[in-house]
Formats: sequence, structure tokens, C-alpha cells
Amino acid sequence: MLWVDKHRPRALDKVIVHEEIAQNLKMLVSEQDCPHLLFYGPTGSGRKTLVMALLKQMFGTSAEKVKLENKNWKIDTGTRTIEVELTTLSSTNHVELNPSDAGFQDRYVVQEIIKEMAKSRPIDAKGKKGFKVLVLNEVDKLSREAQHSLRRTMEKYSSSCRLILCCSSSSKVTEAVRSRCLNIRVNAPTNDQIIRVLEFIAKKEKLQLPSTLAARIAVQSNRSLRKAILSFETCKVQNYPFTDDQVVPPMDWEQYVCEIVSDIMKEQSPKRLFLVRGKLYELLINCIPPGFILKNLLSELLKKLDDELKHEVCHWAAHYEHRMQLGQKAIFHLEAFVAKFMSIYKEFLIATFG
Amino acid sequence: MQNSQPWVEKYRPRKVKDVAHQDEVVRVLTNTLETADCPHMLFYGPPGTGKTTTALAISHQLFGPELYKTRVLELNASDDRGINVVRTKIKDFASVAVSTGHHPGPYPCPPFKIIILDEADSMTEDAQNALRRTMETYSKVTRFIFICNYISRIIEPLASRCAKFRFKSLPDDILSTRVLHVCNEENLHLDTKSLSTLGSISQGDLRRAITYLQSAARLYGSSISSENLISVSGIIPQVVVETLFNVCKVGNFDDADAEVSNIIAEGYPVSQMFSQLFELIVGSDDISDEQKAKICKRMAEADKCLIDGANEYLQLMDVASFTMRVLSNMSQQMCF
Ligand SMILES: Nc1ncnc2c1ncn2[C@@H]1O[C@H](COP(=O)(O)OP(=O)(O)OP(=O)(O)O)[C@@H](O)[C@H]1O
Ligand SMILES: [Mg+2]
Repeated sequence: MLWVDKHRPRALDKVIVHEEIAQNLKMLVSEQDCPHLLFYGPTGSGRKTLVMALLKQMFGTSAEKVKLENKNWKIDTGTRTIEVELTTLSSTNHVELNPSDAGFQDRYVVQEIIKEMAKSRPIDAKGKKGFKVLVLNEVDKLSREAQHSLRRTMEKYSSSCRLILCCSSSSKVTEAVRSRCLNIRVNAPTNDQIIRVLEFIAKKEKLQLPSTLAARIAVQSNRSLRKAILSFETCKVQNYPFTDDQVVPPMDWEQYVCEIVSDIMKEQSPKRLFLVRGKLYELLINCIPPGFILKNLLSELLKKLDDELKHEVCHWAAHYEHRMQLGQKAIFHLEAFVAKFMSIYKEFLIATFG
Repeated sequence: MQNSQPWVEKYRPRKVKDVAHQDEVVRVLTNTLETADCPHMLFYGPPGTGKTTTALAISHQLFGPELYKTRVLELNASDDRGINVVRTKIKDFASVAVSTGHHPGPYPCPPFKIIILDEADSMTEDAQNALRRTMETYSKVTRFIFICNYISRIIEPLASRCAKFRFKSLPDDILSTRVLHVCNEENLHLDTKSLSTLGSISQGDLRRAITYLQSAARLYGSSISSENLISVSGIIPQVVVETLFNVCKVGNFDDADAEVSNIIAEGYPVSQMFSQLFELIVGSDDISDEQKAKICKRMAEADKCLIDGANEYLQLMDVASFTMRVLSNMSQQMCF
């Protein structure tokens, strides 16, 4: 098992970074009437850990006995039957799924599953009717229609079904849904917090971790706890006992983006653009999200530019990333950005050095 | 018995007369209760102002719990309301005749059925068009209540067949009265300052006010301060907004980049940042109107991009960089 999973705190009392949120959550669920929850915050910040620990707090160890299923829904729309298939993770008291995996049919999933769950309310030991929890991941990727269909449902079934919504950007969740939930912001851990977690893991694994190495891992992780733990584990594999000055290997694809950037800086020509295209394809094939690629391209480029150019390049990055969201093929927009950059940079060179 | 309903549901008014601030609709519906007749209706207005509440209350008061089951059809955006459902399910329900006989008991039980189409703004135009006929054909035995946030999404032929009622945002004093009522029932203590904070952060949306109140009560106990409320509301602390603005004034690109990255890592929603930044910029004395206008225009564009799904960091960075250029009177035209 990877360390990220192995050392994931299981209970709200055990979390190291978001102690305050965890304590708050504990109080929140102490009564039966807690509102729907919306967790938001950057990826790798520990949202998922909190949600899992919260479920355990609510339902005890039974929340950990989960089974993975491929569920099929047949939805009758009057004229035709739509079939939707999704992977769900469920225990007796909760169901977790990524409704946006159903693409444009996400609305049907949201509609059906909540009604289905509301019908089968669990009964607790005292014979009282309890409620079920539905965890919906990536709600920011849900279509508008699906979000609309959540609105009244959230009210109507509120006594039998509690929703926990998770997303990385709450800007993309409609106002109507947000105002029906308690919004919980999960911030990315600071470097110090990351170091504390690394030290904790080192102790558990009985390793000697030099403090300078821990600090460097933390800085390089860009405040992502998951990334920090992953590269900590890689460090251990590459070289143990640790040394103060050992390299912290960057993620493969980040390394690759750096290469692309130095290609671009060395030569600006159609030929070079063609070469870069091949490398961009390589990244896309390996399932690196195109938004990540563009953002990393930008931040690597910014390191090498004068202030006046920075403004301009930053603007075009935002411009092409937006177009990418509207369009279908990411490669067009990535390449357009690179071409744009090449032309800006070349003109700048000519203007400055003739 | 322990109540497992969140407070918003627990304190949803059950009677039309308890709906606060929407005097016009309350007057008309009170009349309805006496005459036992009503027109088709269209309720529209911002979230959390009592539209669904009113529709449910009048239906319950007209028919009572028993008859409600057969006389009222409630459909919302979570039900399929495509054109086929309009042609079949809605039509079938609308066409059923109702007995005119007198029903014993305290309820008026008028001889018609009610179809509530909640969140009607998410119905397709085709489906709405298909409804026109149904409405006309069965108007003797069926009344429709449409509910929506945006009246412009309801096609004119439907809207013109209804009595329209605009639900207004609740003003602070009414909001406070309702909130105090909840506090009383739940044994909470709110001072005047927190009460006014709650008013300003929930912006006339009573549902939000009650959700914040309950969250704060669970987290911080029965005595709630204005800071407690702000922390559950998701509003960005003012210092964060001011820091970003000040960095833009100084005009160092890398500092701004660091600040924007920090905002993203802290998880503050950028759309919220835009609205608070907007207020800060519009209210500040040391920049010219022209500069304000330029910045706000760019911010509006970026906000639209966010709705399209664009990356939050890049959009905020674009706005920050533009603001820097405007404030330092650098050329805003791209040079190359
Ligand atoms: N005018 C009002 N008087 C009393 N309570 C209200 C009023 N408006 C809203 N509330 C409270 O807010 C909650 C939500 O109101 P309601 O469901 O009627 O909102 P809505 O107008 O249908 O909003 P949406 O457009 O988001 O569906 C209710 O449960 C009730 O507690
Ligand atoms: Mg409503």
C-alpha cells in the first residue's frame, strides 16, 4: 500500500492538518439534524480524508466496510430508456459516486439515486429511522441541469438523505446549491504542516528524516500534501539512509514540461512548434489534464521572462485556457498558446536586440 | 423525539399567513381560502424568499393532508419534465375529473387540482410550449403554479396566462424577526451586532440566514458572535482582499503571483473574490473613475470565463495583472 493511503488518518481525532475543521465537524454531527455539507478546496489538500473520517464519526466502523460496485440504471423517459453505468462505493449507511462520470446524462443519475436512497432508509438499533448519506464528488463538473435538479431534491428528502458535496472550486457550483449547504473550506496545508505530516510518517516507518530534506520536499510540493508524501516515498526508494542534499525528484510530467519550456526558449520556429506538439501529445496521452499542462507551462515560462512580457504571457495563457474549456480538442489550444508565445518572444527579441 | 430535519425545513411556514414580507401574494391567497378559487399563478424571485413554501402551504391549506395526495402534483427540476412527460403524466393528471361533492372537515377542498411546477425555469421551451394546450383545455379542473428564479426563462404565452407574483428579497428587519423567532425556539443568543452581520451576509435570502445560524450554533454553541457567522458563511476575510489589492497597487508581478497562488491554495472561491474586490475597488478614493471602469470591465469578463469553466488561478492572475497595468498607467494594449 502506498504511504498516502497507509498513513491516512481514519478518525476525526487523528487528523494532523485540519484539526480545527475536524473538531468542528465532530460537533456538527453530534445532533441528527446537521445540514447538507459542501466541502471545497484545492486538490491534495485532504478533503477526502476529512469526509471519510466524518463518515466514520457518524456511523462507526460500518462506514469503513465498503463495497465497490458497477451500478446500472435504467431510466424511463417516456419514449426511450436511457442506460447509465457508474461505479459506486457504498456501505450500509452511505453511497459515494462521481456523477459527472455519466457525462451529459449526469442529471438522470442525480435524480434517480437520491430517490432510490430515500426509499431505503436504514433503521438504527433503537428502531428509529436514520438517514443515509450521499457523497457526490466533483460537483463542480456537474452540468447546470444536474445542479438544478439537486435544488428541490435537497429540500424534499432532507430528513431521509443527507448530501456531502465535494469540489475543488466552489465558483462552479450554482448559488442555489451553495445556499442550501453549509460550506466548508479546506485549505491546502502550509509547508510547516506538511513537514509535520512527513515527520509523523517517518516516525511510523522508523526512518531518520533530516529536517532540511523534509523542508525541501514540502517546498517542492506546492502545498499539496499528496504530492509531498508521494515524493517522500520516492526519496526513500531512491536513497536510504537519507542525506541532507539528496535530490527530491520532481514528478515525471513536470520534468517533461520543463523540457518543453527550454525547447521553446531556445528556438521559435514552425519546426520547433512541430517538435513541441509531439511532446504535448505525449503528455495528453498519459492523461495529464490539459489545464495542468497549460498552467505549468506558464509558471515555467514566467521564471525566465522580464516583467513586461510576464503580463502579456499571463494574459494569453488565461485566454487560451478559457478557449480550451469551450472547445473540444485540448491540443489545439495548447499549441495555439505555444505559437502565440513564440511569436511574442521573437518579436521581443528583435525589438530589443535587433 | 429527535428531529432529523435541518432547521430550514423545521421552520418552513406551514400556513400562507406566516409567509413573511410577500404581502400581495398572501392577500390574494387568503382570499382564495375563502372563495375557494384561484387563477393560474407564477411565482418568481430570488432564492430563499418563500416561493416553494407558499405554494406548498396553500395546497395543504386548501386540501388538507388526505386529499392533498390525490389533488396535488408537485414536480421539480429533479423530475423528468421533458416534452413527453408533459404530454403524458401532466396531461393525465390534469384531465382527471374531480368530484364536486362536499368534503367533510375544515378544508375548503375546491373542485380542482393543483399542479406545482417548481424550478420551472429549467424546463425546455418545447416542454413549456406543450403545456399551453393542457393549461387551456383543462383550466376548469386544474390550476397551475409555476415557480422560478428568472421570469425571462418562462415563455410569454405561459406567463401571460398566469397571475404573476414577484417575491421580494427579505429586508433586514423582517429577516431579523424570523431569525430571532428561530433563536427563541432553539434557545440561542444573538446580540445586535451578530444579527446585523447575519442580515448583510445572507443578502435577503432567509434560507441562507437559517443555515448559517444552525451551522454556527452547532459549531460555537448557543452564544453566537458576528465572527462565528462570518466564518461559516464562506466570505473571504477583508484583509485577504485588501492584501491582493495593495500588491496590485505596488505593481510587482512576482509578488502578485505569489499572493494569487496563496489565495488559490487557501481555497477561496475566485468568483467570491471578484465580488469583494469589486466592492473594494469601486469604494476606493485614490483611483480615478476611468481606472475603476477598466478594471471592473475586465473583472466581469473573467467572471464569465469562470462560469464557462476556466481555471481560477489563471483568471484571477489575468485580472491582477491587468489591474497592475491600469494602476501604473502602463499600456494595457498588448505590445506584441
Ligand atoms: N417569506 C418567508 N417567510 C418565512 N420563511 C421564509 C420565507 N422565505 C423563505 N423562508 C425560509 O427559507 C426556507 C426556504 O424557502 P423556500 O423554499 O420557500 O425558498 P424558494 O423561494 O423556493 O427558493 P428557491 O428559489 O431557491 O427554490 C424556508 O424553509 C423558510 O424556512
Ligand atoms: Mg424553491
